[in-house]
Amino acid sequence: MAFTFAAFCYMLALLLTAALIFFAIWHIIAFDELKTDYKNPIDQCNTLNPLVLPEYLIHFFFCVMFFCAAEWLTLCLNLPLLAYHVWRYMSRPVMSCPGLYDPTTIMNADILAYCQKEGWCKLAFYLLSFFYYLYGYAFHFLTPLSA
Amino acid sequence: MSTAGFNSQNGTGTGQTYANGPSQNPVALQQLPGVSYGMTHQPSYNPMPAKAPPPTGPGLYPSAPYQPVPPVSSYQPGPQITSYPSSPGQPLLPRPPLSGPPSHTPPQSASPSPGPRMPPAQATPPPPAVSSSSYYPSPQQPMAPAWQYNTAPPPMGPPTSISTPPRGPVANHVNPAASLAEPLPPSSAPYSTAPPPRVSQSVTQPPGPGMPPTSMLGYTQPGTAPPPMNPMVPNTYQPGRPAYGPPPTGPSPIGPPPIMKPTPPPTGPPVANTTPPPPKGDAQCGGAVNSTVPPTESDGQEGDIECPGAVAGNGPQASNSYNHVDNKMAGLAQPGPPGRHLGHYPSLPPGYQNASAPHGTSSMHPAMQAAMQPYTQAPQPYQQPPGGPGPAQLSPSLAAMSLQSSTPEALRVVNLLQERNLLPPTPVPAPTPCLPQDLQKINCNPEVFRCTLTSIPQTQSLLNKAKMPLGLLLHPFKDLSQLPVVTSSTIVRCRSCRTYINPFVSFLDQRRWKCNLCYRVNDVPEEFMYNPVSRSYGEPHKRPEVQNATIEFIAPSEYMLRPPQPAVYLFVLDVSHNAVETGYLNVFCQSLLDNINALPGDSRTKVGFITFDSTIHFYNLQEGLSQPQMLIVSDIEDIFLPTPDSLLVNLNECKELVQDLLKSLPTLFGKTMETQSALGSALQAAFKLLSPTGGRMSVFQTQLPNLGVGALQSREDPNQRASAKDIQHLSPATDFYKKLALDCSGQQVAVDLFLLSAQYCDLASLGCISRYSAGSVYYYPSYHHQHSPAQVERFQKDLKRYLTRKIGFEAVMRIRCTKGLSIHTFHGNFFVRSTDLLSLPNVNPDAGFAVQMSIEDNLDDMQVVSFQAALLYTSSKGERRIRVHTLCLPVVSSLSDIFSGADVQAMTGLLACMAVDRSVTASLSDARDAMTNAAIDSLTSYRQSVLTIQQPGLLAPACLRLFPLYILALLKQKAFRTGTSTRLDDRVFAMCQLKYQPLFYAMLMIHPALYRVDDLTDEGALNINERTIPQPRVLQLSVEKLSREGAFLMDTGTVMYLWIGRNCHPNFLTQVLGVPNYAAVPENLYLLPELDTAESQRTRAFVCWLRDQRPFYPSLHVIRDESQLKANFMQNMIEDRTASALSYYEFLLHLQQQISK
Repeated sequence: MAFTFAAFCYMLALLLTAALIFFAIWHIIAFDELKTDYKNPIDQCNTLNPLVLPEYLIHFFFCVMFFCAAEWLTLCLNLPLLAYHVWRYMSRPVMSCPGLYDPTTIMNADILAYCQKEGWCKLAFYLLSFFYYLYGYAFHFLTPLSA
Repeated sequence: MSTAGFNSQNGTGTGQTYANGPSQNPVALQQLPGVSYGMTHQPSYNPMPAKAPPPTGPGLYPSAPYQPVPPVSSYQPGPQITSYPSSPGQPLLPRPPLSGPPSHTPPQSASPSPGPRMPPAQATPPPPAVSSSSYYPSPQQPMAPAWQYNTAPPPMGPPTSISTPPRGPVANHVNPAASLAEPLPPSSAPYSTAPPPRVSQSVTQPPGPGMPPTSMLGYTQPGTAPPPMNPMVPNTYQPGRPAYGPPPTGPSPIGPPPIMKPTPPPTGPPVANTTPPPPKGDAQCGGAVNSTVPPTESDGQEGDIECPGAVAGNGPQASNSYNHVDNKMAGLAQPGPPGRHLGHYPSLPPGYQNASAPHGTSSMHPAMQAAMQPYTQAPQPYQQPPGGPGPAQLSPSLAAMSLQSSTPEALRVVNLLQERNLLPPTPVPAPTPCLPQDLQKINCNPEVFRCTLTSIPQTQSLLNKAKMPLGLLLHPFKDLSQLPVVTSSTIVRCRSCRTYINPFVSFLDQRRWKCNLCYRVNDVPEEFMYNPVSRSYGEPHKRPEVQNATIEFIAPSEYMLRPPQPAVYLFVLDVSHNAVETGYLNVFCQSLLDNINALPGDSRTKVGFITFDSTIHFYNLQEGLSQPQMLIVSDIEDIFLPTPDSLLVNLNECKELVQDLLKSLPTLFGKTMETQSALGSALQAAFKLLSPTGGRMSVFQTQLPNLGVGALQSREDPNQRASAKDIQHLSPATDFYKKLALDCSGQQVAVDLFLLSAQYCDLASLGCISRYSAGSVYYYPSYHHQHSPAQVERFQKDLKRYLTRKIGFEAVMRIRCTKGLSIHTFHGNFFVRSTDLLSLPNVNPDAGFAVQMSIEDNLDDMQVVSFQAALLYTSSKGERRIRVHTLCLPVVSSLSDIFSGADVQAMTGLLACMAVDRSVTASLSDARDAMTNAAIDSLTSYRQSVLTIQQPGLLAPACLRLFPLYILALLKQKAFRTGTSTRLDDRVFAMCQLKYQPLFYAMLMIHPALYRVDDLTDEGALNINERTIPQPRVLQLSVEKLSREGAFLMDTGTVMYLWIGRNCHPNFLTQVLGVPNYAAVPENLYLLPELDTAESQRTRAFVCWLRDQRPFYPSLHVIRDESQLKANFMQNMIEDRTASALSYYEFLLHLQQQISK
């Protein structure tokens, strides 16, 4: 039983991924509300935009942790999403505040559909990685013992 | 508090009005609003409103159109009248005019038009999130202009009394009592009293003591009506009377506007109840109130229905009048261009005779007129039996409908490589949907509402197969010459999807109608059973709402989120050194001075001025000052309003000060050396000034803003102008203007931008301020008062139109479509507030919109689908109005039908909008490729899926034969061309125009019209207003069509070029241009001299006619071979090859190559 740094990383990632899952659910709900006319796009963008960077940073943070812990496989699994985040943020519309979503274009059916799909994909990814981290945590926590 | 305000306003006794509260007739309110608003633009209507019969029943229909029949006769004879004792009232009326249903303000009464304003306070719902709640800053603004209608009377005179059945107002909702219903009203009661209750109430209220629900019953069955009610009504009105009495005094005699508070008047508890529920986010959803018919009464109703006899009493008369109207409309629909026969047009189906009815109707373009012709080919079976239910009942006729009529001409195969002369000699007409004739006759005018595919595919996969864009093009606020206006306390809408009742719904029986968008079955409200046009009962399908695809409602208070705002105009003027140099201030001030009385508005109209250079200057115009006072704010980082109350002033009260200011402004800054421009701060200040009320902000800017917030840098590299590579900087450099525009939009402020600059101004960034606030952009490159007289003239004319055109404030537009279809993207200037709702702080008659549609669910079991655009706005007179357009199109299941219904112009217009988006989000070359691919894909699909016999060549169906030409024209359009030197601002402006212009004007920009004008004859000429207008044929845009012996006019929409050939016939030179020979043609000629010769008159008549067709003013340039502008002229020769672009034939070869791959 050894509480290694890797185990710590997995535990941390576990917790943070749980938070990211909430982000993703929030994201999905928000776009669904937009689609069904419940919310004004300006308000909705104002609530969504501040959450974008924190989400990306959290993800970036545990990627760095895995890097430090030399968990290469885990890191590789996360790299595509990391790259996507970087690309997504680079190609954001001209905005003076942090965030991705522009109230004037967000009601475009293509963008709306894209954002919704993005939400579901991320939710799926985070859920899978949650269980993966759980497994990784257990593995690192218990392996020394059995050894 | 509200009570007090209210009373005083009306001048009536205090308590009384309210005491009767419950009984107040909602109708009365509605009646108030004069039709006058529309009048200016729609003269034809004038007569009508005045006469509008106040139907006893439900709604008052002020709209003129319906009343062609001398109302008097029809009215009087009615048996009903006699039966009702109440009629005696009439004689009592002191003034005939008034007697009329007050509802219709005489159209003429230009002055203070009565707003439809709701009576006091309670009506106003709490401010919606979006719009600012704080509304009327000062109580002074007269809310009640509505009453003023009394003054108007003169025009109405006798007709009013006649036509309008007096009872109307009273009867409707309030008391069912028969006695009331009748003629009574004119007399005493209705008019006298004042405060119109809010409309909605009656309906919503439970049949409480005070409010007897639906009046209709009372009308038909006098007996049943609850007795108590009768007396009530008259009383209510009485008190008001005195106030109105002295109508002659035009402007608001009215006191303090009622303060808009939700607090119910103390007196009438019922009233309190009635206060409408807080509006939802969008006003349109407003009235849930609608159609509650009191269940109790139902029995009686049925009885009514069943005995036609009662109805019949009025019947004959009514029907006549109705038909008359109908004919009128029909006539409109089929105007054949006089003298012109579309017969030439090859694609017309056999038997599609141009019944060129001799309609001198309007100067409408022949093509457009032609477009409206009914589709005569429709097989007989569609015809409904004469006695039938009328067009509203689709089902029977649809069943018989066969969409494949004999081989449609539209599908005739054309080999584009062989047939060169494809351009029709007249402008291209819009295709006619393949609908039964009775439906098509009442379908929406294609100028207003058009679809790229007049036959809608059943499924998305079918649409994908056809590879054609599906979308709508709208011109919703177009100035119309015929527009029925309906005043009704209950606007009938579908309960689930909120669709307005329209000609394409079906009536299951007399009491139920089925929504044509969501298919829900709704009840017909009691009052809708009464037809005010024919004054008959039990014919809901004959109501004007069900007979006109375009109709305007005067909205009751549920449609207001706050009291209707006054017309507010704020002018923000650049007075830096650069601006003074251009000399635009003189023109602007002079134009405004000339038109200051023509600004749309009423007694509440406000104006204000802000000027700016490196500082912001405000003008205190408070009444009582001897001269305007200038206040300078130099802290542009943190802008504030020095005296918030006196910067926006009432135009009527302070007109002299305003005029003083306008006279002195041009000289005030004559010597300025300030070169910087703090536009961003000025806009912020203007926004602060306008945000309490909303309104229109007109910004005049002459240079790149370079100071303070929103400062921009020049991004254009002149060396890249002709680059064949991608064009950079088409998207905004900062989101400052966009964010400000969204703020403006939230406060119902629209920003119109006039850009007069020789240098780069970064329109891509600045334009956002107008784009998202539903403003418009005007651009006068290189404007100078001396060097560019043509620009000056255009600026003057545009300003005049801009200042005097109709305007709608705090508007929203919702577009609904049949279940299964959904909206994909909107194009135009607006903010999209939800999936189908556009927020338009202002709407103007020159704005067009485009909508991309997609098919979400299969439309298998439907024969037709409908689209409905509803525009809710506040008129400049303070009336809340809803303009509803409904378009009905057939659904087809085969590709060939889809192709035969393609509308090539609409497709081009929509593709242009999509390409603009693509160039901004992706790149220009992407957009160009996408356009080319659109042509390739659709023709490929046609070849593979529709053509049974494969032939060599580039084959296209006849209806798409112009598609490649238009695509090529788009590729060579300023917005999308590459390789030709184009200034970035010019390009961006062209892009704005493509998105914002209505289709008809956009098409001229894309594919200009070329005419030969040196040999104009009267053959085939139009005759409009005694003037003969020659109609030369449209020529292909190719130099081969030019000849040195001729003179050619090219109409590009905003500019016209008159090209004079070197060997032009001397006769033309002397008789038209007034010069002896070619060499004497001046270099900068932009006016045709007014010579008294037949040739000159013909030419001028033709040019004038072309100009009259559009709201903006195209400048005319006479050019010779040596002129600088010749390059511009030649650039429009789309079919010719240029250094950087393919010729038409080469383009066709390219397409063929791609298609056969």
